[in-house]
Amino acid sequence: MNMRKYTPVFGLIAVIIIFQLVTTAIGREFYLTQLTMSAYYCLVILGLTVLMGYAGQISMGHAAFFAMGGYTTAVLTTCNLMNVKESLFVKLLGTSGLTIMEKNAYGAEILHLSPWISLFAAVFVTAAVAFLIGIPILKLKGHYLAMATLGFGIIVYRIVLGTRLFGEADGISDIPPFKIAGSLAVSGDPAFRVQNYYIAAFLVVAGVILLMNLIDSRVGRALRSIHGSEEAANAMGVNTARYKLFVFVLSAVFACIAGVFLTHFNGGIGPSEADVMKSVTYVAIVAVGGMANLWGALVMGMTLNYLSLRGYFGSFDEFVFGSILIFIMLFFPEGLLKMGNFRNLARGLARLKNKYSADKKEG
Amino acid sequence: MSFEQLLQYVLSGITNGSIYAIVAIGFNIIYNTTGIINFAQGEFLMLGGMTAISLSAFLPLPLAILAAVIITSFIGALIDFIFIRRLRSPSVLNMIIVTIGLSITIREIALHVWDEKVRSLPYFTGNEITSINILGAYISPQVLWVLGISSVIVVCLGGFFKFTLTGRSMRACASNITAARLCGINTKNMVTISFMLSAAIGALAGCVISPITQTQYDCGTSLAIKGFTVAILGGLGNSTGAVIGGIIIGLLEAFSISVLPLAYKDAIAIAILLVILFVRPSGILGKKEAAALKEF
Repeated sequence: MNMRKYTPVFGLIAVIIIFQLVTTAIGREFYLTQLTMSAYYCLVILGLTVLMGYAGQISMGHAAFFAMGGYTTAVLTTCNLMNVKESLFVKLLGTSGLTIMEKNAYGAEILHLSPWISLFAAVFVTAAVAFLIGIPILKLKGHYLAMATLGFGIIVYRIVLGTRLFGEADGISDIPPFKIAGSLAVSGDPAFRVQNYYIAAFLVVAGVILLMNLIDSRVGRALRSIHGSEEAANAMGVNTARYKLFVFVLSAVFACIAGVFLTHFNGGIGPSEADVMKSVTYVAIVAVGGMANLWGALVMGMTLNYLSLRGYFGSFDEFVFGSILIFIMLFFPEGLLKMGNFRNLARGLARLKNKYSADKKEG
Repeated sequence: MSFEQLLQYVLSGITNGSIYAIVAIGFNIIYNTTGIINFAQGEFLMLGGMTAISLSAFLPLPLAILAAVIITSFIGALIDFIFIRRLRSPSVLNMIIVTIGLSITIREIALHVWDEKVRSLPYFTGNEITSINILGAYISPQVLWVLGISSVIVVCLGGFFKFTLTGRSMRACASNITAARLCGINTKNMVTISFMLSAAIGALAGCVISPITQTQYDCGTSLAIKGFTVAILGGLGNSTGAVIGGIIIGLLEAFSISVLPLAYKDAIAIAILLVILFVRPSGILGKKEAAALKEF
């Protein structure tokens, strides 16, 4: 194994641990809540980075996949099975430990599905939808692709907003915690704050390692050849349609998993998660991160999501993301965190310094 | 369904359709000269409507609308000067992202300049309850204004592109920008003019529909998406196609209400858009070969 490649990953893990220790040390552990949420959003962004940056396919509808994950788990785990308790299927699930009996706030007993089932169901549904919609959508390019994915996002948003099952404008709340193993659970309870931070961080690190290896593999090279020129890649015998579809489904699954976990963490989900503006935000962050740059996307995703969630942008939240899009595309189409920019900055500073010292000599 | 009811649906479909057609024409004008789909097109309608509403407080209505159209077209020119001209070696992806960014930014600025309240211009003739009886169906006189002004816009644009030098230069840019430049056409200025024209048309449309649909800081987006659907349906860049496509989508939407819940109405146009994109991206009137030549 090439350890050198993983140096940044160890750095990332170190930073994650330092963050936790510092926030605990200064008694500001509540910062971890937003960091956890940002980490889940980063998972969406990482998937989208591979799709946009490496395969060169824009998606303006990733919030829809996130919402699919969130809503699938929300519907399945809040659905009370008490009435069908005696049916064979439910009993079978019960004996395999896949249902959970609880008392609700009024003391009535409720029986609901284990989040493990809903996690797999959500991944399955999202992957299937992404696969089916990806076949025709990925034949499109440029504006058409952007508009088609945007359209898909809007349809999902409208369905969520207009369907009784999904709670219409209210969304779904009272979602039970996701008990992973033992006392490890994804839940918004302040007592679980630190462990939830590490669960989210674990998912992000796992996602990064997976995508790093994907990019360095045969698939990654094929993707970059598609970004360079799809015709040329095709002519060289790369099955471009298959690779594009694969990455599209993979990034959709990333978004879906993020949706499932964040929904259990928040204990609820609302239609705003499926909003087009969310998709645009994801695209904005991928663009700021430098498109084909996992680390840039991660750093920018954490920073911007964290600032946005802590409410630093106030009522200018959407404005900030809109201007980021324009600013980056006009001045840094390669992304902010490119070494070239730092080099230019250093060169500019050196020139200023030289000029200053020259002026001093003359003076 | 009785005849009167049918007629009522048809009239409402045509009204909405003609609004979509105007938005689509706005898309086409910019697309033809630059190859850009201006995702901020819907915001021109909102800006036009909002400006006219604010100005109508102290100006007579026609003057307020005129001023709103002029102001919005200047904003269109500004967008080109500040943003579009600066794009270095723009790829399609970059242009999409910039115009989406513009759309969000304009919307948010409007939110802070005005507020989140729903406003509207007064009815051009009569008021909310004035109605005209046409063969048993009742329509507001404003609907006639919408239909009238959209027809005037379509006819005038047709004349402009056919008979004036500027219009013909713009068409030259549309068919081949390099060749147009070689013929001595200042293509950059043509792009500015196309932004101004498209903003002005958008603003005018925004004013005319304001009494019926009302204006709010975020009303542009859904109009832009429907307008884009119509533009694709009619074949990008094809204005006659836009009118036909607009009426088709308008009618489909109007009749969909009698079958599907109202909440899904907005999803109809988009579902149609997806189907067209999958089946025939060149549109009903667009030529396949012409579409293949365009850069995508």
